[in-house]
Amino acid sequence: MGMFLKPAPDAGQPLYLQLMQQIRHAAETGALLDGDQLPSIRALADELVVSPNTIVKAYSELAHEGLLDLRHGAGAFVCVKRRTRSLADRVQASRRHIRVLIEQLREEGLFDEEIRRAFDAEMACTAETVRRR
Amino acid sequence: MTNEFAIITHALSKSYGKNSAVRELDLSVKLNRITAFLGRNGAGKSTTIKMLLGMIRPTCGSGAVLGGEITDTAASRNIRRRVAYVGEDKPLYAYMTVGQIVRFAKSFYPDWRSDTEKKLLYEYELPVERKVKTLSKGMRTKLALLLAFARRPDLLILDEPSEGLDPVGIEHLLRSLVTQASDGVSIFFSSHQIAEVERVADHVCILEKGRLLVDQSLDELRRSYRRIDLVFDSSIPENEFRFSNVQRIETRGRHMSVFVQSNADTVVERARRLNALSVDVSPVALRDIFLETVREEPERALV
Repeated sequence: MGMFLKPAPDAGQPLYLQLMQQIRHAAETGALLDGDQLPSIRALADELVVSPNTIVKAYSELAHEGLLDLRHGAGAFVCVKRRTRSLADRVQASRRHIRVLIEQLREEGLFDEEIRRAFDAEMACTAETVRRR
Repeated sequence: MTNEFAIITHALSKSYGKNSAVRELDLSVKLNRITAFLGRNGAGKSTTIKMLLGMIRPTCGSGAVLGGEITDTAASRNIRRRVAYVGEDKPLYAYMTVGQIVRFAKSFYPDWRSDTEKKLLYEYELPVERKVKTLSKGMRTKLALLLAFARRPDLLILDEPSEGLDPVGIEHLLRSLVTQASDGVSIFFSSHQIAEVERVADHVCILEKGRLLVDQSLDELRRSYRRIDLVFDSSIPENEFRFSNVQRIETRGRHMSVFVQSNADTVVERARRLNALSVDVSPVALRDIFLETVREEPERALV
């Protein structure tokens, strides 16, 4: 089995974005290292049973971000620069903030499910607002 | 223009007496995409497909497939050479065996993919020695698909390809579609298997009563359709939420569900201003988008 999960078609998020997150996450956690080669577009489309255009879009967006190096005819290679590593650090730091916030909300008597829903609602709301700009 | 589109139609219409099966359809299907063509039974999908393939003549309007006019006899012959079609009726020679029909089909197509043929014979578990007339409906569908896929067409047009297939068969079909797309084949297919469509399609067209109601990339649909569940401390008039992006509102006392086609935040902001006790924004699956789309139509027609 490959390293990527099948994206969820009903998650309300384009499949290519879900795949980008998986790849980014893998690079942040060290599951993918600098210079690692990703599966070909055809192979990954076959494995995940998604349109090859989904893979093309995810790879090219990530190349645009600098996380992948698309070498013509050779494939897609991970390119973990300092920025990615500092991003990993920032993600770690943000998790600490979130942990503190969650503890605080629990102390105020909220259940986890309520906290999660509040989080989702705020995320959805801010994402829509940002996108509209 | 023509080289960007696999299929393009302008005001394509077909009526049978007073009944119009397809009404002024403007369809544009891009090359190198997997496009799903959805609609209820009788919405006009098969009629549209048959017009595209020159099997029936449009009452008015025009269309082109791979750049060839569908009403031009010579162009239409060329279209059929470059397009592989699998429809509801599968005209397979009943007296031949699976192996014979494969060899027979192969002789017509110089680009025949023997690797695809072998792979699919194995994957679809087709019995080479059996006569076509003894095959089950699902087996016949698989055989027709194999013959279409191995031809290496420029465009695949499939009308309900998953009909009669079991879940394993459907999974194999989806995988084959993806492989074909990787080979650069454009795909246009109708289906009622919305959950499956949702996995592989790039673009979705929804036809209802002969008219195109949705023509969008699945990415846009996923990003924009939302269901917003609201709870207020007293009942709130629906008028507060009648924005142009709102498709439907459902009210049960102090609870309200709002379906939007885009910009969920307009509804969320209004709900906050009205001091909603709770605001939940959730994505809408393609199945529900479909149901919402075809549900709205009779109301609209009454106005």
